[in-house]
Amino acid sequence: MADEIILLDFWPSMFGMKVRIALAEKGLKYEYRDEDLFNKGPLLLEMNPIHKKIPVLIHNGKPICESQIIVQYIDEVWKDKSPLLPSDPYHRAQARFWADYIDKKLHLLGQRLWRTKGEEQEANKEYIECLKLLEGELGDKPYFGGENFGFVDVNLMPYFSWLYVFEIAANFSIEAECPKLITWAKRCMEKESVSTSLPDRQKLYDFFLQLKKWHGIE
Amino acid sequence: MAAISLQTETMAEEVKLFGTWASVFSRRIEVALKLKGVQFEYIEENLSNKSPALLKYNPVHKKIPVLVHNGKPVAESLVILEYIDETWKHNPILPTDPYEKAMARFWAKYIDDKLLPAAIKVAMSKGEEQKGVIEEIQKQLKTLESELKEKKFFGGESLGFVDIAANTIVWLVVAQEALGMEILTEEKFPVLHGWYQRLVDDAVFKECMPPREQHLSFVKVRFGSSTPSK
Repeated sequence: MADEIILLDFWPSMFGMKVRIALAEKGLKYEYRDEDLFNKGPLLLEMNPIHKKIPVLIHNGKPICESQIIVQYIDEVWKDKSPLLPSDPYHRAQARFWADYIDKKLHLLGQRLWRTKGEEQEANKEYIECLKLLEGELGDKPYFGGENFGFVDVNLMPYFSWLYVFEIAANFSIEAECPKLITWAKRCMEKESVSTSLPDRQKLYDFFLQLKKWHGIE
Repeated sequence: MAAISLQTETMAEEVKLFGTWASVFSRRIEVALKLKGVQFEYIEENLSNKSPALLKYNPVHKKIPVLVHNGKPVAESLVILEYIDETWKHNPILPTDPYEKAMARFWAKYIDDKLLPAAIKVAMSKGEEQKGVIEEIQKQLKTLESELKEKKFFGGESLGFVDIAANTIVWLVVAQEALGMEILTEEKFPVLHGWYQRLVDDAVFKECMPPREQHLSFVKVRFGSSTPSK
């Protein structure tokens, strides 16, 4: 019986991008549905009644919510191809730790970059420090996952698609500060699973301008 | 002979837990280790004077709990719980089925992302604001109750990942008593209340609860300047 996979998503969402990358890494066919977040469809509300948020993966009718949980689910069900988490429990714990760090710290700091007025310098500095810490964790490895693209790489790449937007909006560049991360991001973008899952930069930037208007920010 | 070989095994394994006695997070780790029968050394941290060891083992967040297994540190309570489950495979706390596992992770995350911050907020707020937060928490408890349904524990017949994460509710009950609030009552939450009783009566879980009187005083001292709303 063929698997039926539906992804409820919203194209600019970093969380949705993680799931897209994971599905592509596993070579999975799925139906992608872009949700209108101002007018949420009945399927989204039925499949994620608690949070009413995307992404939601629906596998043979059963919903899984929360991007990190979805990515781990995908990795566990389709375990024979492109494993994202390592097999050793300690390395798995480290991968989960960094994914958690990215979701909590980096995400929050990223929002502060464009939502807070008057704190730009401070926000930029903290964001770069956060990235530098991640760069330290990467070290000289080609990927966070080591020789192979892995869980932490999946979790961090979507932020890099938004980084272009942040750099323009907050007027800073990470090129000088985090050269290894830039190299890493370019290496990831060479993977089809990544390049086909991330939105076009210009389209994202235009969306960001809209988002600022909705939030009443100049 | 068997006893000696067991001893050799445990000697080769060094497990340390850095925590604090009233931390909901470090108590989770104690429960998991005890459920698995893992011997460990507990180190009580003074959070206003963190030990060099803690800072070395968790340089990123500088927080407890940290589990150190044979010199290698693991931080973040839910990450530690999964590590424990994958390392000591008997008495599993997570289901093996990927979908069931995803559900367990979802509910643990729900507790940490929604219930826990609300529980802290309710202790820190007063009057009308507190009433609002109480209502919010009660909605969350209703949601958890509907997930529990007829089960003995969230994990089924025995304590699992979600039950351990839901130790948060024990802290909530202590706060409600210490600060004179009414949030989780048997009348409003008969199913959840039944689960709560089973949880605190569980042999392993109750061993890992902060001593009640001390815990009540701790909460009163920390949050008790607000007048209780009735």
